[in-house]
Amino acid sequence: MSVDKDTVAHIAKLARLRMDPEKTEAMAGELSQILGWIEQLQEVDTEGVAPMTSVAQMKLPLREDEVTDGGYPEDVLRNAPESLQGFYVVPKVVE
Amino acid sequence: MTSELTRLTLAEARDALAKGDFSARELTEAHVSAMEAARDLNSFIVETPEKALEGADEADKRRAKGEARTLEGLPLAIKDLFCTRDVQTTAGSRILEGFAPPYESTVTQKLWDDGALMLGKTNLDEFAMGSSNMTSYYGGVENPWKREGDNHKLVPGGSSGGSATAVAGRLALGATGTDTGGSIRQPAAFTGITGMKPTYGRCSRWGIVAFASSLDQAGPMARSVRDCALLLRSMCGHDPKDSTSVDMPVPDFEAALTGDVRGLRVGIPKEYRVDGMSEEIDSLWQQGIDWLKAAGAEVHDISLPHTQYALPTYYIIAPAEASSNLARYDGVRYGQRGEGYDNLEQMYEATRGTGFGDEVKRRLLIGTYVLSAGYYDAYYNKARQVRSLIAQDFTKAYEAVDVILTPTAPSAAFAMGDKMDDPVAMYLNDVFTVPASLAGLPGVSLPAGLSSDGLPLGLQLLGRPFDEETVLRSAGVLEEAAAFTAEPASLS
Repeated sequence: MSVDKDTVAHIAKLARLRMDPEKTEAMAGELSQILGWIEQLQEVDTEGVAPMTSVAQMKLPLREDEVTDGGYPEDVLRNAPESLQGFYVVPKVVE
Repeated sequence: MTSELTRLTLAEARDALAKGDFSARELTEAHVSAMEAARDLNSFIVETPEKALEGADEADKRRAKGEARTLEGLPLAIKDLFCTRDVQTTAGSRILEGFAPPYESTVTQKLWDDGALMLGKTNLDEFAMGSSNMTSYYGGVENPWKREGDNHKLVPGGSSGGSATAVAGRLALGATGTDTGGSIRQPAAFTGITGMKPTYGRCSRWGIVAFASSLDQAGPMARSVRDCALLLRSMCGHDPKDSTSVDMPVPDFEAALTGDVRGLRVGIPKEYRVDGMSEEIDSLWQQGIDWLKAAGAEVHDISLPHTQYALPTYYIIAPAEASSNLARYDGVRYGQRGEGYDNLEQMYEATRGTGFGDEVKRRLLIGTYVLSAGYYDAYYNKARQVRSLIAQDFTKAYEAVDVILTPTAPSAAFAMGDKMDDPVAMYLNDVFTVPASLAGLPGVSLPAGLSSDGLPLGLQLLGRPFDEETVLRSAGVLEEAAAFTAEPASLS
């Protein structure tokens, strides 16, 4: 399996990663090497094998849907790069 | 006096504090001095000496009142993947530079509740993605060990490389690590210390920066099996805030160290004799077998037929989960925001493009690729099926044996900068640790000998799910037989 630099640019877009155009070429080579190595899994017979969802053999615990925490907006906002009047600030998304 | 205090094991320091041989203040001051004197190793990203010393005074007061807890006044190093309230937590990444969590991780809170003290936050591979500690935005960590007659700086392994160095360099009595594919066990082997990954679900993951949630597990790193047992007891326990945390009693792991392995069935998996494994690793493994036999254990050859597929499986599952987990770093709620954007989407791209390093980007791209339309079944579902087969291999093996003995890593520590241009060669470091991670099993690495050029080599013991006690008991017997007393170059 090999990926070219257009594929890398496409995946980078999906992953919301700005990539240096000169680095895209090198990354395509590295990803191709990794994916080529991963390819060996195709030789394993997995007919009828259930995909693992969790290593812990346990039932997912349920709890009441109720508020158990909160009430400290300053704590929640204090690591934000930009905030105003109790809100996170982002570039304008609606004209 | 100072260096004597930093050379104690955690259990020795605990017992000496109880007898009143010295105070928690003296013990902590000795470690703060050692930490400050060893800054060139780059073990810590943030030092918190005031916090540690203040806590030491509290600990001395408590002890005077007869209220000492199990880890009262013992200074530890905390991997910078654990959120610590009001203390910068970076995960080794630029994107979290300056992030001061408004909450404490469950595991660290449990350690503080038992009286332990924090010396600082230790360096790691960025988001725990690495086996050398070279991918940290805050610089690589230097292994306190050097090859005989060779001054090259060596890596401490990764991703818990700062924690391993802090413990091996006698800067802390013990440390927390996290293990996703070997990140506790491989650095423990590279630095001549003991490290344990408990069963998936033993320790709460709440407040630990997530890498691959179905694999991530916290564990202790220390200078003896007993010390790991002590720390593990405090770190484990049910936590409703982590839905994969198991609700079962936490045993007294220290009490499991009976020194008796008579009749214990030890499995030796033939698939772990990989091509290119060095002669000295192979003979150390044989030595381990002989030690356990001499102590009365029965040794059996076993087969784990899907072993060779563990690494490629891991390098699909872990990046897939990482690409989902790391979607949260968007420059909105915490951490760094990038520059040069006109709209929200560009802001995300700028933030993540400059905030993440190359290895993290590589894994996010792989993860995004294997989860994308058209590849999900061929890669991600296939890997989850092979993961089931790998887990079944272990289940079958444990019908005939109680523990499994293997080497921890295929080589001793390598030089800083080596393997950096070959991601697959770097990934091969974890060939012996990844299978148990995929199966969620407990494993310990302990120092068992030296390479021909004087570097520590580790042996690994793996156990059944939630049978940490048998793993620790066997490790205790190996530790006594190995009598590993060599010290790193940084101490001479």
